[in-house]
Amino acid sequence: MLRSVLVAALVVMAGCATTGEGDPRDPLEPLNRKVFQFNDAVDAAVATPIATVYHDYVPGPLRSYARNFFANIGDVFIGLNNLLQGKPGDGLQDWARFVFNSTFGVFGINDVASDMGFEKHNEDFGQTFGRWGIGEGAYLVLPFLGPSTLRDGAGTAIDIYADPLTSVRPIPLRTGAYALRFTGARADLLDAGRLLEEAALDRYVFLRDAFLQRRRNLVYDGEPPREGRPRYEEDDEKPEKADKPAPEKPSTQ
Amino acid sequence: MRTLAKLLLPFAFAGLAHAQSAPDGAPDALVKTVTLEVIDLIAKDKDIQSGNRAKLIGLIEEKVLPHFNFTAMTALAMGQSWNKATPEQKKSLAQEFRILLVRTYASALAAYSEQKFDFRPLRMKATDTDVTVNVRVLQPGAQPVPIDYSMEKTASGWKVYDVMVGGVSLVANYRTEFSTVVRDSGVDGLIKTLQTKNRAATPAAESK
Repeated sequence: MLRSVLVAALVVMAGCATTGEGDPRDPLEPLNRKVFQFNDAVDAAVATPIATVYHDYVPGPLRSYARNFFANIGDVFIGLNNLLQGKPGDGLQDWARFVFNSTFGVFGINDVASDMGFEKHNEDFGQTFGRWGIGEGAYLVLPFLGPSTLRDGAGTAIDIYADPLTSVRPIPLRTGAYALRFTGARADLLDAGRLLEEAALDRYVFLRDAFLQRRRNLVYDGEPPREGRPRYEEDDEKPEKADKPAPEKPSTQ
Repeated sequence: MRTLAKLLLPFAFAGLAHAQSAPDGAPDALVKTVTLEVIDLIAKDKDIQSGNRAKLIGLIEEKVLPHFNFTAMTALAMGQSWNKATPEQKKSLAQEFRILLVRTYASALAAYSEQKFDFRPLRMKATDTDVTVNVRVLQPGAQPVPIDYSMEKTASGWKVYDVMVGGVSLVANYRTEFSTVVRDSGVDGLIKTLQTKNRAATPAAESK
């Protein structure tokens, strides 16, 4: 609830912020950078220490049970999103996963469905909107939640609203479930965080560009239209000529 | 947030290509051979297991790097700015970018924890000189992470010129960063930025 308010507030703020020169996909960069810094500070002060303790002291198999448990719950809405995107086969597979993992997998703590060949998918409402042809809009860094876009932010608001954990009662149990899910997710990212530190000249830019590329890839389910390889002088390895006549078939181009 | 993990962790496997046995072999076979070889070497090496980064970097230098075309990668990451650089600048750029990428691989490989690989067979014609080799990293409770190696046939065998992890192109991801620095402080500014970054990232234990 608090999060959806934050999302809404940011969308409003998006309208007022000024734009400078910079990436056309990121007209709100000055504001985004502030939120990014804020998230970083919260992360360093609270999330990372807790996640590190979780990672170091909770045995791997237990962490894996927790991870699978929440992933299994997620399959319900992943399936719905696949149906909304016109992929009934994938949607039914997601629900089959949920059924198998909830029963044979003991409430989802084991991912037996993957072993049976039912692969897990990655879908959410932001991707569904993208599939429907809605553009991503300006890049946004959401407080606490991190990289997003106008479109994905709206999607995330629905994801949160539809999240089965939202209806868990009593409230303390729900809070505990949220905390456990978040801690586990953050713990899984500890290595990635170090890697980002290592790879990026400017973490903000690196993360933004990676996020935007990643989302585009997800909307297309891993098969976005491929761009050719641009050429620049002085590659140290000259490619062999690609336009040699093909031995069998004549070229169709 | 989970997306990010999938995105970055498998940089571990970004770039495992080695052609010791078959310089003219099929590119997909090459990727498979080298990936398995490197993973196996790391699994057997107690020094690397206990965090010897210099040794890990040495392993990458020896087994993986010969199959990368770093000048091509740097040129692609630079985009238009590449043609503005002098030959010496190009050399320094490629050198520094290489160091940066090797460090990143090393960190990613150090985080490897027994994920399984699914090597996808490549459909290619004998005349193809530019292919994408797909590998997927399988992990329970998560969607498999695809790693795509863009490879080009050269006189000295197949060379990787880009790696995409979960749809994120490594080369494309540096493009904005590089062009911003070049716009603000020129090509020399970028070389300096990379040098500073590489020096700063050198932990004392790693220096020779």
